[in-house]
Amino acid sequence: MQTLTQQLANPTRFMGLSARVLPWAWAAAAVLIAVGFYLSFFDSPADYQQGETVRIMYIHVPCAWLSMMIYGLIAVSSFGLLVFRHPLADVSAKAAAPIGAAFTFLALLTGSLWGKPMWGTYWVWDARLTSVLILFFLYLGLMALRAALEDESAAAKLTAVLALVGVTILPIIKFSVNWWNTLHQPSTDFTSTVDPSMRWPLIIMALGFTLLFFAMHLKAMRNEIMRRRVKAMRAQVVAGRDRLAASGSAT
Amino acid sequence: MDLGPHAAFIWISYAAVTIVVAALIAWLVFDGRRQAAAMEELEKRGARRRSAGAVE
Repeated sequence: MQTLTQQLANPTRFMGLSARVLPWAWAAAAVLIAVGFYLSFFDSPADYQQGETVRIMYIHVPCAWLSMMIYGLIAVSSFGLLVFRHPLADVSAKAAAPIGAAFTFLALLTGSLWGKPMWGTYWVWDARLTSVLILFFLYLGLMALRAALEDESAAAKLTAVLALVGVTILPIIKFSVNWWNTLHQPSTDFTSTVDPSMRWPLIIMALGFTLLFFAMHLKAMRNEIMRRRVKAMRAQVVAGRDRLAASGSAT
Repeated sequence: MDLGPHAAFIWISYAAVTIVVAALIAWLVFDGRRQAAAMEELEKRGARRRSAGAVE
């Protein structure tokens, strides 16, 4: 009896399954985000201190959550590659990196745009903001390292090692607001400190963004599998041409 | 809809998220089509995938 992970280890099986799941994932993400947008703008109150600016929270928090979750996924995939040699682990890690970088960039940008009217500054070198900036550079580093190496197998292993070393940034980001004095607010307890009129739009947006990432990641993995197939087929064509040329010169 | 004195910060935030997410989706769709077209072209030239017989 194979586990789900073992079943998905076959890229062809993964392609078949992901083709069936993908339209539903896109649709569910679109519906949740549309509902979330409506609730964020039209069915949630202004904050008693922040006023209307609180509406930035409904996109900033999901982007910040994804920036960390995606890095966690890359770390798990890297572990899967180095320890279990799972054939799709590297595909997953490679596909997730640019998406993670984009959401981390958005978390930094929306946080900065939220900070200016609330704190009076776009940026301050405090623990939370700086550690998220380091996370962004880590994503760029993972992509740059992979792009710099021609040998795909060596690139996969080295990138996986860097991803696992870099995972130490996640607890630093999470607890930075407790360990150091920072302008950023402390961790929020959603069950008690956020009013339900704001909590539900935020939860729906976070779910919608998570599903959106799930769909994007599946699509990016499919693209990467196809790219590897194209590369193998090109090598096959070149090898066939060489064989033909060799037999032609022999006769 | 009146978003108060800081409306520009709110609109720019939402616009940035919309643009970046739309660009990501467009890139994924475009990249997928490019790989599919390259695979089709190689199959026409006689290249075969190892999993060609498998159900997809």
